[in-house]
Amino acid sequence: MSAEQAKVDPMHQFTIEPLGGSQGWEIAGYNIAFTNSALWMLITTVVLFLFVLGGMKRELVPGRWQMMVESFTGFIDSMLEANVGKAGRKYVPYIFSLFMFILFANMLGLLPLGIVGIHPFTFTSHFTVTGVLAILSFTIVLVVGFWKHGLHFFSLFVPQGTPLPMIPIIAPIEFISFMVRPFSLGLRLFVAMMAGHVLLEVLSSFVIDGTNAGFLWAGVVGLPSFLLMVGICALELLVAGIQAYVFALLTSLYINDAENLH
Amino acid sequence: MPQIAQLAETYSSQIFWLFVFFGLTFFVIGRGMVPKVMDTVAQRDQQIAGDLAAARTARDAADAEEEAWRVRENENRAAAQAIIAQAKAEGAAASEKKVGAAQKRIDTKVAQAEVSIDEARNAALAEVESVAVEAAQDIVARLAGVIVTKPTAAKAVKEAMAHG
Repeated sequence: MSAEQAKVDPMHQFTIEPLGGSQGWEIAGYNIAFTNSALWMLITTVVLFLFVLGGMKRELVPGRWQMMVESFTGFIDSMLEANVGKAGRKYVPYIFSLFMFILFANMLGLLPLGIVGIHPFTFTSHFTVTGVLAILSFTIVLVVGFWKHGLHFFSLFVPQGTPLPMIPIIAPIEFISFMVRPFSLGLRLFVAMMAGHVLLEVLSSFVIDGTNAGFLWAGVVGLPSFLLMVGICALELLVAGIQAYVFALLTSLYINDAENLH
Repeated sequence: MPQIAQLAETYSSQIFWLFVFFGLTFFVIGRGMVPKVMDTVAQRDQQIAGDLAAARTARDAADAEEEAWRVRENENRAAAQAIIAQAKAEGAAASEKKVGAAQKRIDTKVAQAEVSIDEARNAALAEVESVAVEAAQDIVARLAGVIVTKPTAAKAVKEAMAHG
């Protein structure tokens, strides 16, 4: 990056850096350096732990914090009950962990800590992470499906009421759409998070470069970009919630396929 | 794009730490804490349902109590009415008896009075007769110079009086 180039590289925020000289850590030949990504996973886990801990007072009449935690568990519980039914309750721990982990990761990644020199890292903007979570959900669907229905689970690829001659055409399509699920699940979250952060970074470079280019450009480019950034920050907070919700919702829908095979 | 450029060198650490921290999240928070939170909610719902049921039974009991009280009250009122009616009847009978006795007393008094009136009248009539007899004797003696005996005069007077 030369001095004439833009001072803000919108992709730099996704760079993974090993922390505290851990780049040499290995298990069985695989590198397990404790990176900034891992650090923010740790922070997410700790913050989420503290959040839920605050709701563990188990009071009969809940305080605000307990109410907040209970409304999250109740939200996941009712979502699973609506999509899977009574059998869905046993997936509450997994879906709750998934939803809250993604939600907190997205939210923490949006914190304006750059002002005080700490750079938040949104690990949900890496498809290695979202892909693993998606494959995890997909694996649970497969395990539950084959555990409950055995080989009968393959009838998932033949929708109910399909005419016999149509089965050879429908089944491959259904199979492909089924196999695409983990990719769409993982890519959706990764793309939404990355796009939002890139957009914010690009706009911030407009603000910085425009303001540095003089009074006129500050007014024409810098100020409108800044106002747009404020709005997009609000939009990104919404997207952070929606993407976590979509991930959890789709996972519960896929679990429904496995749990209640037609 | 660091996600792809750094893929080869970072994928193992990303996956490893994700498993570590998401595993912690799942086992500690998801499996350990969330069921307790939901337990509290379930307990509260149960408590509320129990309290509502208790309130409902209490209200039903109160309703039954009130109904019983109303029945008792009606019975008491009926009993009181019966007592009043009986007392009224007794009073009426007693006063009737008293009135009857008084009537009887009055009747006898009236009868006695009538008898005494009759006696008085008869006495008076006798008096009038004797006076008339004496007067007739006197008149006859003065006018005719005949002296009639008392029984004769009396007989004449009686005849005259009977003819009016």
